[in-house]
Amino acid sequence: MAAHLRLGVFKFASCDGCQLQLLDAQGKLLEIARHLDIAHFPEARSAVGEGPYDIGLVEGSITTPADAERIQEIRRQCRYLVTIGACATSGGIQALRNWGQIDSFVSAVYATPAFISTLATSTPIADHVPVDFELRGCPIDVRQLVELITSFVLGRKPRVPSTSVCVECKARGTVCVAVAQGIPCLGPVTQAGCGAICPAHGRECFGCFGPSEPANLVSLTGQYERQGTPPEQLIRLTRSFNAQSPAFRAESDRLEGASHE
Amino acid sequence: MVVSPSPISERNIGDWLRLPPAGLQLLIETLAENHRVVGPQVADGAVVYRDLRGIAELPVGWLDEQDGGRYRLHQDPTAGFFDHVVGPHSLKNFLFPARETVASFVRTDGEWVQQTHAPEDRPLAVIGVRACDMAALRIQDKVFLGSGHVDPGYQARRQRLFTVAVNCRRAAATCFCHSMACGPAVEPGFDLALTERDGWFACQIGSPAGHALIQRLATADAGIVSCTVEEVDAAKQVSIDLEASMHARQPEAGAPRPRSLDTHGIRDLLYAQMEHPRWEEVATRCLSCTNCTLVCPTCFCSSVTEVADLSGDHVERERHWASCFTLDHARMHGGSVRSSTASRYRQWVTHKLAGWIDQFDSSGCTGCGRCITWCPVGIDLTEEVAALRHSDPP
Ligand code: SF4
Ligand code: SF4
Ligand code: SF4
Ligand code: SF4
Repeated sequence: MAAHLRLGVFKFASCDGCQLQLLDAQGKLLEIARHLDIAHFPEARSAVGEGPYDIGLVEGSITTPADAERIQEIRRQCRYLVTIGACATSGGIQALRNWGQIDSFVSAVYATPAFISTLATSTPIADHVPVDFELRGCPIDVRQLVELITSFVLGRKPRVPSTSVCVECKARGTVCVAVAQGIPCLGPVTQAGCGAICPAHGRECFGCFGPSEPANLVSLTGQYERQGTPPEQLIRLTRSFNAQSPAFRAESDRLEGASHE
Repeated sequence: MVVSPSPISERNIGDWLRLPPAGLQLLIETLAENHRVVGPQVADGAVVYRDLRGIAELPVGWLDEQDGGRYRLHQDPTAGFFDHVVGPHSLKNFLFPARETVASFVRTDGEWVQQTHAPEDRPLAVIGVRACDMAALRIQDKVFLGSGHVDPGYQARRQRLFTVAVNCRRAAATCFCHSMACGPAVEPGFDLALTERDGWFACQIGSPAGHALIQRLATADAGIVSCTVEEVDAAKQVSIDLEASMHARQPEAGAPRPRSLDTHGIRDLLYAQMEHPRWEEVATRCLSCTNCTLVCPTCFCSSVTEVADLSGDHVERERHWASCFTLDHARMHGGSVRSSTASRYRQWVTHKLAGWIDQFDSSGCTGCGRCITWCPVGIDLTEEVAALRHSDPP
């Protein structure tokens, strides 16, 4: 019976919001606990079950030398390793440091910079160890998390679409904020999963699920520029929670390069 | 006591009546007794279909300006109840909903049992259906009812659908129903059809259900009388004039380009241009975002998934909208057969305007213009087809 499957939840540089989504599964949480032994989940229980684990959920990005080593051991302990959220999957908002000078950040923030041991970059888990599956989002979507766990318990592939947020927008009948209000929205190049929450509340998608497949950013930002959005706003839009995702990174760098010409 | 100028029994299908706004209000209220009534309303910067309680909720005084990737509403004191044209929603949103549970199953003691489904919701009545969307309804009927593979959910909703169509008095720049022989005059198939006049509606009866409703209204002293011959002619002239003006439209500086589509030999034209470099050019602009297909009132693709709960004992078979712009749509063993955006855009246009003719004996396009307006980067199939037509095959 599936009840012997062991789950571990691990945290790196992150805000804990994705782990909280697991607790937010509410009614489903008890059902999940019937099928999985939640062996390691420091956010939620003080008992620490040693590895190995059948499935490890990893939140957060790698920002310190110690974490770069810790993820190696976690990988060894997990049969399946799944990154949860923008930090683990693309480096998170803290990857903005990748465009700056780490020494100047450290000396600006900490009274005694010598005590700080940090890396110059924030990088996704997949830059360090092989990852079996990614759950996108900032934070992840609880329905996608339940789908992931369900598929794992039932032994099938998780159904997590790689299509654009526009698919979800149209499915719920939301009026497009880009077309009807001229708001620059990243939905057409962002992976679905959130249920198009932001457009449904009259604001733009800001790309927290990372780039969709494909993601034609040059065409989209070009359209917004022609409609009057300043390049600086488009750089900020593409350089946020998934700034380090290759497609978003390439576009924010391209826009920045073009605006300096 | 108001005496009706002609007795009820003389009113037949095809007859025209004079309906004051209060009559339309009563019509909506009467329909609501046993229908879910939806109609156009202003919400979130567009005219969308929503549940409608009365004429006060209709977009009176609102006009829409539409262009590639752009939709804006503005108020105009001369605009009537229905001088806006089509918004992002169509009948498809109701008859072929984005998500539908088509079956469900429960496993008890190792045995799977199919659950019986709860009966459908109340029948649907839609106010304000334009000619292009009545044409789209005929096209979707062929797809879901006419192929020998009847879709039971669609059929149940369609059979009980009540349509109050509206003849457009105005077209948006993105409208090109005149090119597709789909408007602007509403073709028979409606239950009632309205043509807005100065402060009243000319209402034509189109079906036995429409006739029955008018009979109920006429007994309620709603000021409904027969149209005079002159009034009927004037109402018919509205569509004739609009169609003529659509054919005569010319581009004007500073205004959205008026759309039209030359359909002459379009099937063979498109089939001959499969390797044209224009497809690659569109692909540099196309986002593969799916908006064009999802707003199109005739696009019918769907995908079916079995959704199980954690126990694996409860399974819902869910159908949801799919689009030829997603990689998954053409994924089969070994990968996607349409991995480039160029191949996906080509699939959409050639199916809509050419393959559809072979498959369903009509175009898949009604000229409603939604795919142009709601494409975030304003890709315009009329422009793409013109580009293919006015260049030599490679
Ligand atoms: S609001 Fe954004 S996500 Fe929604 S359809 Fe428009 S562009 Fe796509
Ligand atoms: S292809 Fe475009 S214009 Fe034609 S019916 Fe579909 S949405 Fe309307
Ligand atoms: S395409 Fe024709 S029928 Fe449809 S809204 Fe425009 S003018 Fe009316
Ligand atoms: S044509 Fe426009 S709406 Fe359609 S997939 Fe391409 S970008 Fe999206």
